[in-house]
Amino acid sequence: MMLAEENQVTGEKKKMAIRTLSGGVLTEKEDVTRNPSKISSQDLNMYYGPVRALHGITMEVKERAVTALIGPSGCGKSTFLRTLNRMNDTIPGARIEGTVTIDGVNIYGSAVNVAALRRMVGMVFQKQNPFPKSIFDNVAYGPRLHGITDKAVLEHVVEESLKKSAIWDEVKDRLDTSAMQLSGGQQQRLCIARVLAVGPEIILMDEPASALDPLSTAKIEELIHQLRKNYTIVIVTHNMQQAARVSDYTAYFYMGSLVEFGETKTIFTNPVKKETEDYITGRFG
Amino acid sequence: MGQAIALKTSQLIRPEGRLGEVFLDVLVRVFALIPISALSFIMYMIIRKGGGAVTWQFLTQAPLEGMTHGGIFPCIFGTLAITLMMILMALPLGVASAIYLVEFAGPGLFFRITRAAVNNLAGVPSIVFGLFGVGFFILFVGRSLDHVLKTGLLFGQPCMLWAAATLAVLVLPVIIVSTEEALNAVPQSQRSASLALGATKWQTIWNVVLPQARGGILTGAILSISRGAGETAPILFTGCAYFLPRLPVVKLFGVIPMINPFDQFMELSYHIFIMATQSLDAVKTLPIQYGTTLVLIGMTFLLNLTAIIFRVHFRKKMGTVSV
Amino acid sequence: MDHKLFKKDIRLGEWLIQKLLLLAGASSILIIILIFIFLFKEAVQFFRTASPMDLIGKTVYDAWEERNVFKMMWQSVSEVPKYSIIPLVCGSFLVAFPATLISAVLGIGCAVYLSEIAHHKVRETLKPTLELLAGIPSVVIGFVMMAFIATFVQDLFHTKFRLNAFVGSLGVALAVLPIMITISEDAMRAVPKDLRDASYALGASKWQTIFGTILPAAVSGISAAVILGFGRALGETMIVLMATGNAALVTGNIFSSVRTMTANIAAELGSVAQGSEHYYALFLVGAVLFTFTFVLNLFSEIVLTKMRQKLRM
Repeated sequence: MMLAEENQVTGEKKKMAIRTLSGGVLTEKEDVTRNPSKISSQDLNMYYGPVRALHGITMEVKERAVTALIGPSGCGKSTFLRTLNRMNDTIPGARIEGTVTIDGVNIYGSAVNVAALRRMVGMVFQKQNPFPKSIFDNVAYGPRLHGITDKAVLEHVVEESLKKSAIWDEVKDRLDTSAMQLSGGQQQRLCIARVLAVGPEIILMDEPASALDPLSTAKIEELIHQLRKNYTIVIVTHNMQQAARVSDYTAYFYMGSLVEFGETKTIFTNPVKKETEDYITGRFG
Repeated sequence: MGQAIALKTSQLIRPEGRLGEVFLDVLVRVFALIPISALSFIMYMIIRKGGGAVTWQFLTQAPLEGMTHGGIFPCIFGTLAITLMMILMALPLGVASAIYLVEFAGPGLFFRITRAAVNNLAGVPSIVFGLFGVGFFILFVGRSLDHVLKTGLLFGQPCMLWAAATLAVLVLPVIIVSTEEALNAVPQSQRSASLALGATKWQTIWNVVLPQARGGILTGAILSISRGAGETAPILFTGCAYFLPRLPVVKLFGVIPMINPFDQFMELSYHIFIMATQSLDAVKTLPIQYGTTLVLIGMTFLLNLTAIIFRVHFRKKMGTVSV
Repeated sequence: MDHKLFKKDIRLGEWLIQKLLLLAGASSILIIILIFIFLFKEAVQFFRTASPMDLIGKTVYDAWEERNVFKMMWQSVSEVPKYSIIPLVCGSFLVAFPATLISAVLGIGCAVYLSEIAHHKVRETLKPTLELLAGIPSVVIGFVMMAFIATFVQDLFHTKFRLNAFVGSLGVALAVLPIMITISEDAMRAVPKDLRDASYALGASKWQTIFGTILPAAVSGISAAVILGFGRALGETMIVLMATGNAALVTGNIFSSVRTMTANIAAELGSVAQGSEHYYALFLVGAVLFTFTFVLNLFSEIVLTKMRQKLRM
């Protein structure tokens, strides 16, 4: 199904809202299908001790696009997300087989500096977790860690990051106050600013709005739409309508396996596999 | 069959067995009063009998005429000095130990053995620490240092340095346990946030975890100071004395006064012990005994109370970390 | 872009820090081992000049009875020094047993009250009180015992010795009480709510539930508390030094003056010549004492671990 009709005379494209199988609405986005591949996993298996959590995931994430990971609880989407910045390393007994490459480099190679990886691949968590420090110190934490001590530089970085996360106007007069005094939605946007301050190329988001009210959720989604111009975003969400609204590509996970992967508009209107269609239409999950 | 054991409604109010239960209820409440009464009784008696002796001179003068007159200032000074030295030794070691146990050690054998060792250390009799202080610190470490550094008999004798070290070993479990508690109270999400920003494990501990654990660590430090001030057996033979003509202070470069770790010292609990058991004139020294006891118990009481208040305060503060 | 991932942080100190922390973590184990080594190192030297039998008793000529008598005494200052450890062990146990008994009964009772009966506001006032009680230096308890409790007891029981094992055990019981209450209470509170609910739902009264469900379920924790309390009672030094009279006799009479292992070391170590037989004998007593408490602590640790495992079902 086409997303737009081209007017034969003026060449203007008339936007049409397309109903998806899940009952939501697809929004029009720029075409990213010709973007290069940024992240790629080849036959990725992941184990927590003897238990296999991921089964042979082979998938590609395009640069400067939003890729959504959907699926029922416990299907492995968060686990897969965490393999992309090696946060699973912090769990004792976790190990992988297969490869995950970013820009062609296997991030599990022995020469890879994990701290550097995590600067390149930032993460926003499900439950907002600002440090009990001031707003300024929260955002400046990353840059300070990586050696920047010049006050002017830090102030600049903090301001830029807060602006990019659409929260600058709300906090510019109280940068020295505690981050804990912000509302939930503001804290989450602060956490996004914190990630942006270290200058990543990829941003991982693990259900970033699930703990927030609808208004804050909308703000976050708007933010994602802004950020995708400059960052590669992978987002885990259990909210299908959100996935349809926000992403260019969607991956459907079930029981640790990748069932189907493709452009969002295809997955949500005309999926290949019946399991995918069942999930999207709510027949199960 | 069911009818035989089913109760009639009238039986619900039956007082059978109630007498025994009432007795137990009362008994257990009497038991619960005992710790409070014991505490109150001790405090009351000591305040009553010692209150008169504690004057400003008492707190600022040195003892005179065989402990029958004068004050206990050197004891107060010595107690503060020795606990300061003790905490300087015990705190870094204890905190580092706890950091390793909580942040680095896997759940394997090493962790279990260390846990058992810490608990065991907590149960070692205080006089055994005293023997350890003599046998290890003074006679082994001290003598070896003298031998290697050719300092004669400087390290190998009872002095503040070794008394503080012995006390430090004694309070180590207190610091380790309270620091562990404090570290565990920091939510895992804080560590994840820091690691995900590219921080190393130690950077995370230093910049995020430790600042949030400050409260618990402080509480542990205060509790161990209180403990150190009250323990007598470990310092009996490692450097404490009943009467010294001057304070254990030395002037660095002839100008800056600082504690001389190679001196012996006077101390409150030791003073009470010797006065109570070996006074030449027990009647004359009795008011001073009570006065000294009041000062000591006042000190430990205050420290423990502060620690309790701090703990409540910091627990409340931790509860405001993101909703 | 690729080389970003391979950047080596200049901070190799991370490895060093971890190794230092590992050393700190091992310090407790190290210290226990050192205590063992340095205690036993001196203790075994006792046997250079004395035989193991001497630890039990010595046969000496008794001028009164005009014959050789096997005496179990600790008389370190004498023509023929006697280093029988029996009277000291006797003294220690004569103080520790009653102390543990008293504090166990009172302690478990208190724990039951705190855990099952007390209103939570009462509990929140009582627990700090316990902490304050635990914070009283043992010197002070010993002093209090010496100064007035002993006279009170003597008036009450008309004892021959004002300072005796009973007075000492009262003081030790007070010192051990807080730890007894705390561990027992923890054990009782750890009993899952489901078990309690099940008992009440069957119509059991409060006390039936306590005796029938809660105490049996918490028995490991309570046993651990008692074992630990006993270890602490054995190891108590200052209270017994000041309140038990310090006569090193073998006796079963709780109202007689006794000398414990701990008091013995504390009383004599100051006046002993380093390297003398007496000196080694004192370290030997210390080694025996340390072994006792080490075994007791280990045992209670095992019991506690078993309890935690059981409740983790």
